[in-house]
Amino acid sequence: MFETLFPLGAAHYLLGGVLIGLAVSLAYVSTGLVTGMSTLFSSVWSFFSSLDFFQEARIKGSRQWRLVLAAGLILGAALWLMTLGGGKPLTTVVTWWQLLIGGFIAGFGARLSNGCTSGHGICGLASLQVPSLAAVVAFLTTAMVTAHVVAVLGGA
Amino acid sequence: MKPVSLIAILMCGILFGFGLSLATMIKPEVVLSFLRFQDFGLMLVLGGAASVTALTYQIVPRLLKKPLFEPIFGRHSAALNRQTIGGAALFGIGWGISGVCPGPAIAGLGAGNWQLLFAVAGMLAGAYAQGWLASRPPHRPAQPAPSAR
Repeated sequence: MFETLFPLGAAHYLLGGVLIGLAVSLAYVSTGLVTGMSTLFSSVWSFFSSLDFFQEARIKGSRQWRLVLAAGLILGAALWLMTLGGGKPLTTVVTWWQLLIGGFIAGFGARLSNGCTSGHGICGLASLQVPSLAAVVAFLTTAMVTAHVVAVLGGA
Repeated sequence: MKPVSLIAILMCGILFGFGLSLATMIKPEVVLSFLRFQDFGLMLVLGGAASVTALTYQIVPRLLKKPLFEPIFGRHSAALNRQTIGGAALFGIGWGISGVCPGPAIAGLGAGNWQLLFAVAGMLAGAYAQGWLASRPPHRPAQPAPSAR
């Protein structure tokens, strides 16, 4: 049963999840900020675009700390690679067009929904928000259906 | 924002990126294997992260009047409407195609997976499209066409 659910083991998943929770907690205790990731992709456009949406205070005003957060993500993953990760850079078998098209749809949808797996999934669920729970159920459902369809069509 | 706050956010990012990597969420294959019911580990990651965060969100505002370095505790606010649910459904479709969501797309670059730049480029373009649509003036009902007489 356990091997069926978690063929690669469970400890690293749980420990990684707890570390992510501690990271979000650290940001909250120190700054009060709610650290979803998808808003970064809107707020960087405030540097380049004069469209009203990107110049709104909640988008433009948060770009500095969101960029710092992104830099931290990259550093943290690099730290993992150099320690527990074995030092060999990762690659993926997922095709470039899956990454590009999937990225576009996911980026558009997350911003329309104002949250992604971190914003709705971690921060939203943790603040016991019903709309976020509904969003999580919606994206898990469509993601599972889509991933199965892509597999049937021969995608990675 | 105060430098000390930005340092705290940087530490948060490092811990977040390390956790995502340890949990192998920066590997699109692992995410896709969850979505295809082959490995349920992602539930442990999400459950672990949300549980720890929930404790913090519930307890900390009762212990502290304000965050250590900034004046107010923020709040994740979401409305139950078509945009939230429809956007999430779309997000899931993109996630199911690529196996990549925003956090891992960025963190994975730090683990040397440059292919994820395709996902980052896609997300930037998608976010631009959403912002462009949101910036258009509100739709007004079409005026009846003047009759050409």
